[in-house]
Amino acid sequence: MSGKERHVGLFVTCLVDLLRPEIGFATARLLEMAGCTVVVPSAQTCCGQPAWNAGADDHARALARQTIDAFAGLDYVVAPSGSCAGTIKRHYPTMLADDAAYAAKARDLADRTYELSAFLVRICGMNDLAARTNTKITYHDSCSSLRDLGVRNEPRALLAQIAGTELCELSDGEVCCGFGGMFSAKYPEISTHMADNKLADVESTGAEMLVGNDLGCLMHLEARAKHQKRNLRVRHIAEFLCEAMPEPDTGKV
Amino acid sequence: MSADPRQFKQAASQALKNPRLQTALGRIKSHFVHKRAEAVERFGAFEALRHEGHAIRDRAIANLDMLLVQFEDSVRARGGQVHWARDADEARQAVADILRQAGARTVIKGKSMVTEEIGLNDFLEREGFTPVETDLGEYIVQLRHEAPSHIIAPAFHLNKEDIAQTFREAHTGLAPERALVERSALVAEARQILRRQFESADAGITGANFLTAAEGAAVLVTNEGNGDLSRLLPRTHIVVTGIEKVVANLSEASVLLRLLTRSATGQEITSYVTIMAGPVADDAAANTATRDFHVVLIDNGRSDLLGTEAQDALRCIRCAACLNHCPVYGAIGGHAYGATYPGPIGAALNPGLIGLADACHHPNASTFCGRCAEVCPVEIPLPQIMRSWRAREYEAEPRAGARKIGFTLWAFVARRPALYRFATRIAARMIPYLGHMPLTAAPLLAGWLNGRTLPRANGHTFHDLWRQRQ
Repeated sequence: MSGKERHVGLFVTCLVDLLRPEIGFATARLLEMAGCTVVVPSAQTCCGQPAWNAGADDHARALARQTIDAFAGLDYVVAPSGSCAGTIKRHYPTMLADDAAYAAKARDLADRTYELSAFLVRICGMNDLAARTNTKITYHDSCSSLRDLGVRNEPRALLAQIAGTELCELSDGEVCCGFGGMFSAKYPEISTHMADNKLADVESTGAEMLVGNDLGCLMHLEARAKHQKRNLRVRHIAEFLCEAMPEPDTGKV
Repeated sequence: MSADPRQFKQAASQALKNPRLQTALGRIKSHFVHKRAEAVERFGAFEALRHEGHAIRDRAIANLDMLLVQFEDSVRARGGQVHWARDADEARQAVADILRQAGARTVIKGKSMVTEEIGLNDFLEREGFTPVETDLGEYIVQLRHEAPSHIIAPAFHLNKEDIAQTFREAHTGLAPERALVERSALVAEARQILRRQFESADAGITGANFLTAAEGAAVLVTNEGNGDLSRLLPRTHIVVTGIEKVVANLSEASVLLRLLTRSATGQEITSYVTIMAGPVADDAAANTATRDFHVVLIDNGRSDLLGTEAQDALRCIRCAACLNHCPVYGAIGGHAYGATYPGPIGAALNPGLIGLADACHHPNASTFCGRCAEVCPVEIPLPQIMRSWRAREYEAEPRAGARKIGFTLWAFVARRPALYRFATRIAARMIPYLGHMPLTAAPLLAGWLNGRTLPRANGHTFHDLWRQRQ
């Protein structure tokens, strides 16, 4: 983890900003532990994915350009989300392909952008977190992590560094949890049906905690589990890792 | 027969509450998903084969005009006839005209989604013909006056008991004491009835999985052999299919066959692969004069997709892998879509085939999980096509539409970081109280709270706390 100091722009994501700042602080802590200098550009808001997925292309492009400008000059951009990182990495170059001023910048940002676990493992080579828990967990891969980013082994490589963690894999880990952004609110019955399938899978692993890397999926599954009075703890992987380490600094007030 | 696609939400809601349907849908994993995965594994270089299939289909779509003309010439050279139909109506009329000229009354049919698309059976019945489906699944849904719920397994929504009951109601000669519990008993019962239909039919209609321009052949896969009987037994054989099914030659079709069967049912090859070129030669005289062979080529909206973002959907070889791997299809089944093509391929095609206004739910009812594109044998970027339909829908919406106003307001704030910080600061504090809002004023929130609690929230934004920490 040594070498030249990396200036990493933290892309907070709008859900973490609005709902769960703890995850943002845990992310910053992990990046700092990996020897990075964490910068939080104040000109960032949302990556534009909700607009892009809804077909509101002009709004999406405007937010993409804003994000590109906000993170200009940083070595890397890291998001505690496969979904937002996937939007920047996979969709910005398509979105702005015909934009003479931004097409190259979009490709450049895409090259520098990583989902948190992928960044920690692939770029920082994080391999010794020296932490411990006594928890039986299962891990939920978000679709964008799996299929937009090819991130599957990296979160597991991090979890394996926490002594006392027993990871029980889902039997249908490839299957979507039913969140899908606006889909969850527009088609709630289908969305919660899919959540139920996922929660049944989680339950059958015998895990007491569900860990994942996308707050969208996690809040959807948690809110469904709570509605059904299921006894399930849900944590973002950044929180889980930090909670297992001494002196947590998760920014709670 | 098919429901209204605009009633998608209501139909989906009913489907989710239908325990028999849910039991049937529970079989997708063992029936299709696992079998495909095993077949892909056994094959080895399946990704390379997908690239090849993609390229073959892209070339075919790029040269569609030339290949179709070549196909017509080749069919004619073999003594067959080609009929061009711009839309469903022209296609139905073409089929009826051929049947009238042949003096046919009873028509046996092999499985064909294109004939479902154009509503051929209902039309033929109104015109005084008797169409009889001979694919077991199609036969069952025909008896039930239903549409197929799956493009390769038409009766997938049914359980064995449902089928037994259907036979008891339709086959009046069936003895009440005869057991119809086992799958084999159901097949035997259908076979006995269908055998008579095969023997007495005047004409046969089949679909085609591929058309080959060089040979003028239609290639058809089945597991029941009913396609062959529909072609071989009657004097007149009509192939009804879409213009996009054409490829250059049999060698290209053979690559697609390897992709098709593995992706569809996990088979290396189906029980029957029939290459149908020209009229059937009568054994006695080797004389084709007494037999006729027709191909009805249907556009019905397909050529409108050329040059659009949905063009890639024309590569589809109708294997149904996208349906089988779609969590939305897996939750609600095919009928809820209210259209011939359900699932991801339907979401990509239907707005083009039946209009965006009617099919608006199809591209929207997706989480963009991407599994469909991952398994598609010809690498159709299905979520990307669905997204392009959403963009067209958004564009067509009036400026004062609720969604457009919502996005414009949101973007106005999100493009001004200082204003966004202020707005999110207030929003973060309000979240715990949102449950007390009048939900009719906030349809998205109401949707979220339908079956879920409010999300757990800190009450402060990250950016505020981060600034305090610095």
